[in-house]
Amino acid sequence: MLTVSGIHTFYGPIEALRGVSIEVRQGEIVTLIGANGAGKSTLLMTVCGNPQARRGAVNFEGQDITQMSTHKIVRLGIAHAPEGRRIFPRMTVLENLQMGAYIGGDEQFRKEIDRVFNLFPVLANRRNQRGGTLSGGEQQMLAIARALMSRPRLLLLDEPSLGLAPMLVKQIFATIREINEREKVTVLLVEQNAFHALKLASRGYVIVNGRIALSGTGAELLANREVRAAYLEGGAH
Amino acid sequence: MPTPVGAALRTALKEAAIAAGVALIVALPLVGFRLIDITGGVSIQTRFDWVVYGVAVVFIGRLGLALWRELRIPHARKAGEASSLAIFAEQIAAFTRQYSLYFGIVGAAFAFALPFMPFTDQYILDVAITVLIYVMLGWGLNIVVGLAGLLDLGYVAFYAVGAYSYALLAQNFNLTFWESLPLAGAFAALFGLLLGFPVLRLRGDYLAIVTLGFGEMIRIILLNWQSLTGGPNGVSSIERPSFFGYPFTAVAPEGKTAFHELMGLEFSNSHRVIFLYFLILILALITNAFSVRMRRLPLGRAWEALREDEIACRSLGINPTNTKLSAFALGAMFGGFAGSFFATRQGFISPESFTFIESAVILAIVVLGGMGSQFGVVIAAAFLILVPEFGRDLAQFRMLMFGFAMVAIMVWRPRGLIAHREPSMRLHPVGGPEAAKAGS
Repeated sequence: MLTVSGIHTFYGPIEALRGVSIEVRQGEIVTLIGANGAGKSTLLMTVCGNPQARRGAVNFEGQDITQMSTHKIVRLGIAHAPEGRRIFPRMTVLENLQMGAYIGGDEQFRKEIDRVFNLFPVLANRRNQRGGTLSGGEQQMLAIARALMSRPRLLLLDEPSLGLAPMLVKQIFATIREINEREKVTVLLVEQNAFHALKLASRGYVIVNGRIALSGTGAELLANREVRAAYLEGGAH
Repeated sequence: MPTPVGAALRTALKEAAIAAGVALIVALPLVGFRLIDITGGVSIQTRFDWVVYGVAVVFIGRLGLALWRELRIPHARKAGEASSLAIFAEQIAAFTRQYSLYFGIVGAAFAFALPFMPFTDQYILDVAITVLIYVMLGWGLNIVVGLAGLLDLGYVAFYAVGAYSYALLAQNFNLTFWESLPLAGAFAALFGLLLGFPVLRLRGDYLAIVTLGFGEMIRIILLNWQSLTGGPNGVSSIERPSFFGYPFTAVAPEGKTAFHELMGLEFSNSHRVIFLYFLILILALITNAFSVRMRRLPLGRAWEALREDEIACRSLGINPTNTKLSAFALGAMFGGFAGSFFATRQGFISPESFTFIESAVILAIVVLGGMGSQFGVVIAAAFLILVPEFGRDLAQFRMLMFGFAMVAIMVWRPRGLIAHREPSMRLHPVGGPEAAKAGS
């Protein structure tokens, strides 16, 4: 479904991705783990075309999207919940969700709103509350819900567990599974919380200094000694 | 250990001394010396007694203020309360917000009835027209600043483009006001795009600087392009408005009927003023209706989302380029309409009328009113135009009054008079109000 082949992405003179190739197949949850600054978020953002890869290619459902601008890529059926939630703080929950359905318009909004409220009942209760007044966990749910409003086939999630209490982390990961299994949305998940992410994912990649260091199924990576040493021991719950 | 009162007194004395010192430095050259005309030249007259009085007033005033604050606020602050005046201001604002629809209807009804009120004379109508021009400009700029969150310090440029468009079209091509109006709006919108393109990547203070420069550029071009704009002499004898082709003159030009003949009225100068008043009232109301409607349309919502978070907007499939450009262009268009009106009302325009201070006043209207609040713009425009107007009797002190009023607003209502964002949608759109009630 999504094929990233040998991409190099730069921030000015700094090469953040040095020839990264990954693949996401229909129906999978693929996770990308790595330390701070390894290039996880950059990879997601490169898929979205902001920044664009200087070399290499990004393919989505057979279409080359390497040089496409972000708002066009989103229209192809990719939704991106960016790092740090980035909800609209002064707009209400309902208005935030409406912006999620921006491309499809009001018709799309009416079609998707119930589905999204089903996945996130707490948002339904808070629908007229301003985004900025929600708790951290609720804001994260809103960010994911907003991304789902465009009815994407591929959902890119950037650190959904960031800054959340362990209870909420569990809840968020359970919801991601539900989105994948029940709503048939393919998920590419970037996480620092390697344990939860690998347990959830069908496959995973470990990214180190802008290169893919390891890949395998979630279970394989969980059992891998290097992965355990680098990302799980000490930090595992 | 000094007693609390002693400590308060010491702080207050110190503050008062500093304030008095500043007052002395400022007052000595400004008040202390005065140029007077005497036969055969000018001479300097000293009035140090004035300086002494002034400094004394500042000292005592500051002392009193500081003492009052030191002795009573500590208790209030401990309890986490705002001052009683701030609470009062918030109550008024809340009341206004709650009934803003009724205020709007009553206000509009009053505005339509104003020309026929017994106490209304030409002076009141003239002031009202000026207020309405600024209300319209405020609503236009509110699209750019309040909704899209793009700080524009050069809005007067579009006002100028609109005014000159009408003036030059009327003079060179004999177009009437109604024919020129859409063209002037289109020209202004075009200039909005022209400004929009280079500043697309800028935000906040950088954007403000470029827009400020743009406003000055337009003014300087108008000043120097003598052959087209007449330079500093401006454009004079601009065609006055007619009532859809029936001129407001005592004697109609050949082949035409004057307005008072058409209506069977006695000729009066006030007909033209009343017509101008209704013209700007309707133009302003159109601007308002447009903004209110836009907020409910996808483009208007995208403006607001863009103001909140540009990166999030991109990832939702919003094209930030088009969205920003449309805000600049549409905001500019209303500035252009207002400019055309200004030109036809004044009959004479020159670059003098389009200085930076105009941009500043319009921006002050938007900010004081509470960014994005339509009703706040009306109050702030009325306030900013009427205070200097009614303060005319205070002569040179009226700008002082004006400054004092602005400071007072920013102290008590730091986010604007009616700082509040009304959600553009409330109920659950699927099940209707019943479902929403059941769900909440």
